[in-house]
Parts: sequence; structure tokens; C-alpha cells
Amino acid sequence: MNPVVVALCVGMLFVAALCALIRVAKGPTMLDRVVALDVVVATVVIGLCVEAAANRHATTLPVIVVLALVGFVGSVSVARYAAKESDEERGKR
Amino acid sequence: MNPVAEVVVSIALLLGCLLTVLAAVGLLRLSDLLARMHTTAKPQVLGVLLALVGVGLQLHRATDIAMIVAIGAFQLLTVPVAAHMVGRAAYRTGQVDPSVLAHDDLAEELERERRSAG
Repeated sequence: MNPVVVALCVGMLFVAALCALIRVAKGPTMLDRVVALDVVVATVVIGLCVEAAANRHATTLPVIVVLALVGFVGSVSVARYAAKESDEERGKR
Repeated sequence: MNPVAEVVVSIALLLGCLLTVLAAVGLLRLSDLLARMHTTAKPQVLGVLLALVGVGLQLHRATDIAMIVAIGAFQLLTVPVAAHMVGRAAYRTGQVDPSVLAHDDLAEELERERRSAG
């Protein structure tokens, strides 16, 4: 694969993960963080795909399966037990 | 590997990464939870599928292709379920402003349940 394409992909994924992590830090609610962490998981999955495509191997495919599964279970369980949050819990300043 | 496949793989991977960036920027710029959920579903489904296409065109073993198809199918099945549950949880915990909704089916449903119970 063309190294320029790989560099572009990695750069874009870096920016995406950074934006998503800023949203995780800012909140304001737990569900906002869950949604942002879903994007982080998707970014990691796509990053593993880019790496596998660049080096033409299939070693990380089981890792991708497990990541997708864990991301789903995580977001569903947090949504399941989401509670009403008061303003001070959200850390409004 | 032939040059046509090389170009297709590059385009697929670049599009997947671009979708991820757009979703993350939307995550920062959009105002409420429902709007943010709308952007985040894009890289989770289409972005991952494009990246899997990029990997799948480079591999030839049947087991690898089967695993890639399984990942894609799994994403298609689970992402809507997770988004649905997060949206309902947001509604239940009062984090959705009813004034931004064009039509509120869930409120009518809950009202009907309350009337049939009482």
C-alpha cells in the first residue's frame, strides 16, 4: 500500500480520536460519554483495519471481533442503568 | 496485487477514516445528545464496513473472509440496538428536550399506558 495513504488515514484517525476524547472529558452527561466512547471504539477498529490492510495480514481480525463485541455490551449496559443526573452531578460550573 | 484493487482499497480506507473524522467533529460541534447520536452511527456502520472492504480485498483465505463478513454483520445488528437503547435511556432520564422533537411517539405511548393502567 502507498505510504501516503496510510499516513493520511492515521492522521485522520488521530484527529478523530482526539475530538471524541475531548467530548468524553467534557460530558456533560454519562450518555454523552457513552456515545463518544462508541466513536473511540469505532476509531480503534478502523485503525486496526488500516494496519491489517497496510501489512496484508489477518492477525488482528479476532481482536476486531472482540472489540466490536465489548463496545456493544458496554454501551448497552450503561444505557440500561442510566439514572437521572442532577445538575451538580454533571459538574456544571 | 493488481493496481485496480490497490486503488479501491486506498479509497475505501480513506473514506472510512474521513467518516470517522466528520463524526468526531460533529460530536464536538452539535448541541444535544440526539444530534450527536445521529453523527456517531456513521463511522460505526459505514466507516467500519468500508475499512473491512479495504482489508477483505487483500486477503484470500476463506476463514479471514468469513470473519470479516461476521464483523460487518455484527456491526449492522448491534449498532442500531445500542443507539436505540441509549436514546430511550436519554428520554427516560429527561435529557431530551421535548421542544426539539417534531413528533413524540414515545410520549403518546406512555400516556396510553398510564390511562389503561389507571
